[in-house]
Amino acid sequence: MNKEWTHLRELESESIYIFRETLAQFRNPVLLYSIGKDSSVLVHLARKAFYPGPLPFPFLHIDTGYKFPEMIKFRDEFTKSIGARLIVHRNEDAIAAGAHPLKLGIARCCGQLKTAALLHALDKYQFDAAIGGARREEERSRAKERVFSLRDAFGQWDPRRQRPELWSLYSGAITEGETMRVFPLSNWTERDIWQYILQEQIPVVPLYFAKERLVVRRNGALIPAGEAMHLKQGEQPELLSVRFRTLGCVPCTGAVGSCATTLEDIVAEAGAAKISERSTRIIDHGANTMEDKKREGYF
Amino acid sequence: MSIHVLRFTTAGNVDDGKSTLIGRLLVETQGAFEDQIEGARRDNERRGGHGIDFALLTDGLKAEREQGITIDVAYRYFATPKRKFIIADAPGHEQYTRNLVTSASTSDLAVILVDARNGMMTQSRRHAFIAHLLGIRHFVVAINKMDLVDFSKDAYEKIRKDFSDFMNRLGGAETYCVPISALEGDLVTESSPRMPWYNGPKLLELLESIQIDEPANKQAFRFSVQLVSRPPASPEFPDFRGYMGRVASGSIRVGDRVVVLPSGARTAVTGIVTRDGRLEEAFARQSVTLTLADDLDISRGDLIASETQPPQPHTEFRATLCWMNERRLHLNHRYVLRHTTRSVRAIVNEIDYRLNVNTLERESPVSELQTNDIGQVRIKTLQPIVCDPYNVNRQTGGFIILDETNDTVAAGMIQA
Repeated sequence: MNKEWTHLRELESESIYIFRETLAQFRNPVLLYSIGKDSSVLVHLARKAFYPGPLPFPFLHIDTGYKFPEMIKFRDEFTKSIGARLIVHRNEDAIAAGAHPLKLGIARCCGQLKTAALLHALDKYQFDAAIGGARREEERSRAKERVFSLRDAFGQWDPRRQRPELWSLYSGAITEGETMRVFPLSNWTERDIWQYILQEQIPVVPLYFAKERLVVRRNGALIPAGEAMHLKQGEQPELLSVRFRTLGCVPCTGAVGSCATTLEDIVAEAGAAKISERSTRIIDHGANTMEDKKREGYF
Repeated sequence: MSIHVLRFTTAGNVDDGKSTLIGRLLVETQGAFEDQIEGARRDNERRGGHGIDFALLTDGLKAEREQGITIDVAYRYFATPKRKFIIADAPGHEQYTRNLVTSASTSDLAVILVDARNGMMTQSRRHAFIAHLLGIRHFVVAINKMDLVDFSKDAYEKIRKDFSDFMNRLGGAETYCVPISALEGDLVTESSPRMPWYNGPKLLELLESIQIDEPANKQAFRFSVQLVSRPPASPEFPDFRGYMGRVASGSIRVGDRVVVLPSGARTAVTGIVTRDGRLEEAFARQSVTLTLADDLDISRGDLIASETQPPQPHTEFRATLCWMNERRLHLNHRYVLRHTTRSVRAIVNEIDYRLNVNTLERESPVSELQTNDIGQVRIKTLQPIVCDPYNVNRQTGGFIILDETNDTVAAGMIQA
């Protein structure tokens, strides 16, 4: 028996297997790199999967122009340090037209800056498989997501067309125009992610660690009062010790009050968390749910 | 942090309280969060209910509710200090066979929900039969709604005996029965003063403690090649050639003799390479890269196996097939069969019989299999597959069938 076999080794091994199946079954895969903790783990696993070879696919970052400056800095330094080929794609037309959640509403803003940009990039570079860091535990509509998730020629997700996945047989068979989204972290929870980051000492964006930051209270969330913010009347920035559980666009990402300044602190906090991490992501709320976004082509 | 993973499936009928049970397990082990619980509470009150309906926590997709369809399995997660749990939750009504087959294929244990008022019904037998067919040998029978039978020991004992008789008929499996009330919380994670006659473990204690003896580690070594690794030359790896894959069963040590199939070439393992360093030994479920002593022509789909206990290549075999697609099985139609990391052309040329999953009777002659049918068939493949019987090895004994639309239309289990 293997005495050192833990839940993290089991998850790691399964993810490596999925990465290798992806490379074997697709002509031109890409890793959707979103800079967050899940992307950090995804990249770490990909490097393990193909060692001693180099990373066999490029990274694609869909940049909305609203990402935290710390994220962009981390992205550029990290991808350079590991020698990854990074493609940054933006919906420049929408950005030039001043797309902003307060102006367009969250659903339309996400639709233009994220979904449309992603579908455009997949088409432009002719990627047939996009590997993402989504986890089934994150959100209710993701609980039924496949590891190999089929998208039609419009990049859309049709729940009725998803295939049963048995044993460890992941079928990447697609026809002209269809693409696949691949989720190697399907079976990981937020807790697993942080435990693994601690165990493997994986670099993550400093925004995950608690620090005194200027935030405003909006709809019960702590929104960073950075440059990209359009303060509403009556909103008063406050200096609070906060950290981010998930990282997205500045206007739509809420912080949580926290004193966790080390990975050990975060693991302890993740173990005791009472609120789901997606609750800090404004995009999941309201009429346009994650499920709607998935159908439109969001991952 | 050194905990293991238990993957289990849950099966029950629509009204057996399965969602309530899962919802309670998630809430009481903090697998669900306050905002999600609050969401379920709001949903319930909108529907005119009071308090929290645990079932709403595991409610499906909007698409399912709108279209009245069931998209197969939902995966849920929770952890205790002892184990990480992955629930593959199979919906109980439509598409039950297809969903249960799918969820059972990755599970080591099945929790079968039974309504204490109804006793063991046809559906319960069907669930147990399918889970057993898919190779599950650990069962927890959760006898639910004990509050509605006055916590009667007799009701519990009757179902326990019926289940035990039935499992013996199936060929045996480790089976535990626990009386619970998922709605009121008795014996799920908390004890129950209302059932003093029950001295056994609570449901969660069972899930935490049942030993899944890893049969995969005791079996013969099997390793399907996913990819050949030929990285650019570097000082450390001037001329590297390795075979990437996950150990499906058994273990392998540097120096062990192996056979490569279907070619039959023999060689020895010279290295087990990982990014965390070279290993002396690798075990079932580990993803590694093997290097071999001889320069052989090996590619994706080949199987590296124990030299002393090799599997056999086959082009004709019998299999139990579960048909999953609306398009029915056509005899002698050209399909693609995916087995381990290998894809081959295949036809089904005969149906021996169809299994009635309610009575377990074999029906023959039959000329077709439709959605949710299970039958024994004969298969011919154009190229050989290297396999073991499913009841010996789930990884090298299971396969799927694709039709020309690329849909996965069936799951199969190879017979001895």
